[in-house]
Amino acid sequence: MTATRPRSRPRYSAGSDTVAFVRQTWAGLRVLLVLTVVLGFAYPLAVTGIAQIAFPWQAHGSLVSSTGERVTSRDDAVGSLLIGQRFDGPQWFHPRPSAAGDGYDTLASAGSNLGPLNESLLAAVAERRSAVVEQEGIDQADVPVDALTASASGLDPDISPEYARVQVARVARERGLSTDDVRALVDDATIGRDLGVLGEPRVNVLRLNLALHTMGS
Amino acid sequence: MSATWTAIGQVGIVVLVLAAAHRPLGDYLFRTMTATTHLAVERAGYRIMRVDPDAEQRWSTYLLSLLGFSLASVLVLFGLGRLQAALPLSLGTESLDPAGAWNTAVSFVTNTNWQWYSGEAAAGHLFQMAGLAVQNFVSAAVGLAVVAALARGFARSGTDGRIGNFWADLVRGTVRVLLPLAFVAALALVAAGVIQNLGAHSQITTLAGGTQAVLGGPVASQEAIKELGTNGGGFFNANSAHPFENPTPWTNALEVVLLLLIPFSLPRMFGRMVGDRRQGWAILAAMSTLWVAAVGLLTWAEMAGPGLVPVAAGGAMEGKEVRFGEAASALFAASTTMTSTGAVNSMHDSLTAQGGGVALVGMLLGEVSPGGVGSGLYGMVVLIVVAVFLAGLMVGRTPEYLGKKIGREEITLVALYVLTMPAVVLIGSAVAVSVPAGLEGQLQGGPHGLSEIVYAFASAGNNNGSAFAGLTAGTPFYNTLLGLAMLVGRFVPIALVLALAGRLASSRKVPESAGTLPTHTPLFVGLLVTVTLVVVGLTFVPVLSLGPVVESLS
Repeated sequence: MTATRPRSRPRYSAGSDTVAFVRQTWAGLRVLLVLTVVLGFAYPLAVTGIAQIAFPWQAHGSLVSSTGERVTSRDDAVGSLLIGQRFDGPQWFHPRPSAAGDGYDTLASAGSNLGPLNESLLAAVAERRSAVVEQEGIDQADVPVDALTASASGLDPDISPEYARVQVARVARERGLSTDDVRALVDDATIGRDLGVLGEPRVNVLRLNLALHTMGS
Repeated sequence: MSATWTAIGQVGIVVLVLAAAHRPLGDYLFRTMTATTHLAVERAGYRIMRVDPDAEQRWSTYLLSLLGFSLASVLVLFGLGRLQAALPLSLGTESLDPAGAWNTAVSFVTNTNWQWYSGEAAAGHLFQMAGLAVQNFVSAAVGLAVVAALARGFARSGTDGRIGNFWADLVRGTVRVLLPLAFVAALALVAAGVIQNLGAHSQITTLAGGTQAVLGGPVASQEAIKELGTNGGGFFNANSAHPFENPTPWTNALEVVLLLLIPFSLPRMFGRMVGDRRQGWAILAAMSTLWVAAVGLLTWAEMAGPGLVPVAAGGAMEGKEVRFGEAASALFAASTTMTSTGAVNSMHDSLTAQGGGVALVGMLLGEVSPGGVGSGLYGMVVLIVVAVFLAGLMVGRTPEYLGKKIGREEITLVALYVLTMPAVVLIGSAVAVSVPAGLEGQLQGGPHGLSEIVYAFASAGNNNGSAFAGLTAGTPFYNTLLGLAMLVGRFVPIALVLALAGRLASSRKVPESAGTLPTHTPLFVGLLVTVTLVVVGLTFVPVLSLGPVVESLS
């Protein structure tokens, strides 16, 4: 299979070139099949096996039950701590706008893909701003940017601490709780930057709403 | 000010890890690609494959093996895509249409990993695991093989033109380098929350009483090699913005490190293979200069947030995740477009005009800063030859690099290499804006629509794979044309590089003289960076002016 072509030989007929190429392709197929057994089956299955033993909760999707406990069975789960979900009612902390399907559709993860000069995106931002202003009773200028923009995945599990704080008064009112108690929940749920510099501070919306939910019951 | 400092700190952590890792990994790559013995497991593999790993090949045979392997890969992947509905673990997905299967097969075999489909809806577990992820490994190993062959061309003198054995290079790169690193990275990703199971997607009731599908899949094992092999094809549509692919800021930093790791370690391997480590340092310096400049510019653009919508919203957070914010998104965007990876953790279509422009230019530089696994380094070596040729013209001496004279035939191969990618990008874009089937794909008209189209062909022609995803690319027109662009953009340059390697291996080294241009000095690094920018500048200024530049000014 490594029949080599001496550089001095003037010309190969097209026929023997084709034969050589077919032979190499056939060798390539054998190599690919062996590598597929290793890379396409042994490797992912080995990672799966170790993951299931060492990190079963994470490997199954960081699922949580309605009491906030970590579960691996989907039957007991109300969602994944890593995946945003819809919360529309006034008694909940709201996530960001989402372009995934009708919103937070995990089978259609996506951003809006609208550019920085897009008129319809501009209109959407203005509309979202008025909605937040009305809902939370705050000034136009106090609406955080993450409340006005759709995320990249459409499944963003987080909001900024600023966006969580502007929702505190409404949630407290709707649930008959003191704003101090709800603000304490927000502070508890706020995570800083990893290693002090990586990423941004954030509040996991499902974790926060689970805390509200278990507090209420 | 503190936001600026954390952004710098974030880049600093990535740089520190890479600075610590590139020497040992480069040395390991050197030992791997120059090894004279086989591991027991490799020997067993060669017996089953029935290939001879010890037979040194001339460049034409090396190329024929490479093309044969790639053709077999395209055929198998095409077949798997066409038959997907009948495969186990297909999760009820449909088989891909012919144009779509062609595009995906070429896309993954060429290390582009452009995706017209949405992973969670259109790809079953087996197709992803045994089809796409396998190509993530081997397409990267092919790049590694080619650059090793090129380095041997420079290192050898007056031989009969043999440059190594493709099968041995392919298997070693896969088994000794990519597989162990991916394995460790995959487990780290699972620990942080990237899923790894074979479950199907199923509906649950959410806390607020709605329904939502919980997704399953062997994601971590694919995510690790997707970054490490500078591939970039996401398990899910949202790619590395999806929380199941990239759940936390530290996994984000890890993924940025992974996609830069091998490309930044290869100069070390090259320096050692050609017997002069200083040459490796010089290449590393040129690559780093361009990468740092791009990260700086893109981060500035996204954090400043110019443009109609970012100004109205108070920041450029459209198409970005809260856990990453502007800075970590910009770091990822610059790194992914300059490594030919094409994974995204933010939607590039929604970047600021300036930021999107930097991402586009990052690809148009020809993916050399630091570029894809292998392809980045051989692209940079080609530009070095251009640089010494220019310098030779200026002083009227025969140009040489690493003791090899750069004659007419060498410079012809190099010139063809430099012209291939721009031809693919510009002709492809010109066709797309000239026919209705191309124009219909735009989500947005005007300069941004042009940017969407040019970005697509820049991405395909440079084997990057990221997108201005507003473009509706899943049509027979785009699938076919972009597939062609990826194919030409990958294999024509590889053929030219191998031909160059063969010529170099058979030519004699000339001793250094007083007239030899030293290629390890800061002066030469400056010349190299300038050449890289000038080549791109002269080629792409007109089309960039009509796209991102117009948009930045409006």
